[in-house]
Amino acid sequence: MDLENQKRVKEFAEQLGAENIVVVLGAAEGEAAGLAAETVTAGDPTFAGPLTGVQLGLKVYHICEEEMKSEVDAAVYEEQISMMEMVLDVDDIANEMQAIRNEHTKF
Amino acid sequence: MSILKGKKVIVIGDRDGIPGPAIDECVKTAGGEVVFSSTECFV
Amino acid sequence: MNCVVKGSAYTLVNAPDMLLHNGTTQTTEMIVNPESDYLKQLPKHLRKFEDVVNYLPNQVYIGNKTPEDLAGVELPWYNKPVAGADRFGKLGEIMPQDEFYLLMQAMDVFDLVKLEKNFVNKVKPAFEKHPLMDAEMVARVKEGVDKSEIEKFVNEEHAEALYQDNELIGYVKKAHDIDVNLSAHVIHENLVSKATCVLSMLHLVKTSGINKNEVDYVIDCSEEACGDMNQRGGGNFAKAAAEMTGFMKATGSDVRGFCAAPVHAITIAASLVAAGTFKNVVVAAGGSTAKLGMNGKDAVKRDTPLIEDVLGGFAVLISEDDGKSPIINLEIVGRHMVGTGSAPQAVISSLVADPLSNAGLKLTDIDKYSAEMHNPDIPGIGDVPLQNYKMIAALAVKQGDIEKSDLAAFPVKHGMNGWAPTQGHIPSGVPFVGFAREDIMSGKIKNAMIVGKGSLFLGRMTNLFDGVSFIMETNKGEGAKGSGVSEEEVKQLIAKAMKEFASSLMSE
Repeated sequence: MDLENQKRVKEFAEQLGAENIVVVLGAAEGEAAGLAAETVTAGDPTFAGPLTGVQLGLKVYHICEEEMKSEVDAAVYEEQISMMEMVLDVDDIANEMQAIRNEHTKF
Repeated sequence: MSILKGKKVIVIGDRDGIPGPAIDECVKTAGGEVVFSSTECFV
Repeated sequence: MNCVVKGSAYTLVNAPDMLLHNGTTQTTEMIVNPESDYLKQLPKHLRKFEDVVNYLPNQVYIGNKTPEDLAGVELPWYNKPVAGADRFGKLGEIMPQDEFYLLMQAMDVFDLVKLEKNFVNKVKPAFEKHPLMDAEMVARVKEGVDKSEIEKFVNEEHAEALYQDNELIGYVKKAHDIDVNLSAHVIHENLVSKATCVLSMLHLVKTSGINKNEVDYVIDCSEEACGDMNQRGGGNFAKAAAEMTGFMKATGSDVRGFCAAPVHAITIAASLVAAGTFKNVVVAAGGSTAKLGMNGKDAVKRDTPLIEDVLGGFAVLISEDDGKSPIINLEIVGRHMVGTGSAPQAVISSLVADPLSNAGLKLTDIDKYSAEMHNPDIPGIGDVPLQNYKMIAALAVKQGDIEKSDLAAFPVKHGMNGWAPTQGHIPSGVPFVGFAREDIMSGKIKNAMIVGKGSLFLGRMTNLFDGVSFIMETNKGEGAKGSGVSEEEVKQLIAKAMKEFASSLMSE
């Protein structure tokens, strides 16, 4: 994850309380989604950014996951996201996300 | 229980997946407050 | 007046040492994690020049192989070398780093690039033999300097070091003591961009056969900025490169728009020609050192070679209708508008579907789409072209142009595998322009849509996305006839006028 984005995530978690934060991702594939999810839960796996070794354990979802889709206004979801359900490997993404949450999310 | 409602939401979109602003629109309708939104680019 | 794509050229420069020392993934790592495993492992993943030349996607880039050749080979491609591959191609070349350093020096008009004596003596014969480097260009390469001078400037004067096979062989001097926009780092980045741009334009002269004195205007659409502290992006790469290429009758300007810039630039060039403002406009771009090894961490993690080891360049010639080259149809231009928003379906609609439906066309009426031709063999970036084709296909399903069951077949029929290096603006649709020209002229396809997309939000000035698209199509030869009046037509007109005059006399 971009270093500036990591810095912002860290600052917001400190400022607002990790339990009050949800991170929502838009990654194009499962692996990239998993890496980003890992970064905001278990720390930066590439050891490059401010979240290296920082285990925030944030709640993290991909916007295409059922948990997100069910909470979003259907018309807005249709307009903003739906076409990408035909493009992205949603199952693969959801599996990656679920695995990371099970292992690293604290909230 | 709702995941997004009343929460502070950080959006990390992807240029080749779903860009940040598109996610923002969705999150708002679920009662989440977007405190930061960004879009990543790997190319 | 119609405007046509008269020619194109594509060049790569193998830059393994620049990858290590100038790619931002590496320079960032050197700051945040100088002792990292990544930096230690990285050199082992660099390829030899021969492997860069015999790499199939690179051979496609310079025109020796075609997108069809690529379609027949299963990923990964890095372990399937092309036998007997040539560094020179039908549309360009792959230049080794050592020769490129000499070219960089030849491009430097402010005495900022210095190369070591022995290095110059060793490499100069190859540079002299280069088919496109004339005596004037060779004469721009200076006598080498002592190694001690290089060390002094690198260690004490913030000069940017130049390495070959990990050995210090030169430096780029800062151009100002205080001005960060003229720092050695920036000058290095800009000279690399300028040199790769010039190399591409030299090849364009050869592939298109244009007389250098007939080029009226050059548009540079790279991603660098040149200027000083009072005008950071003042410009003008285009004119600087035109000067070095020998386009003595040309002026030019720079167009910027991240990865979408080349498509913006070609659309502008086409409009300039269509309006009759200029007859021949060159759109060109050099490569970006910053993006070398951009996804190197994924390559090291997966233990694959570093494919992002080349700088890319291209040049396209847009000219008045010649009656045969493919036409750029300016009536069907797609654009991402401020009000379009960021939803992927809105983006693709604005770039692809809307301009077509406005012209009464379906998505299936375009034979080939070329959008962001990133090489999927590069680990960590996914398959960007396929992603784009899937989006266009999904939209085609949504608007009823194809059945949902045809979703998977659409990318194969209307798309291609990507072959361009992750050099930002370089993959943006344009790598296919050369093949599209050939395929349209041979009748293999009747049209192609070139799509550029840009991540404007990276500049932190807007959250907006961007993109433009245009169509190349068969030249039916009508424009050339209509654009001028032939001798035969003049005779007919005179004959007609005389007949009318005669009949008017008789009737009186």
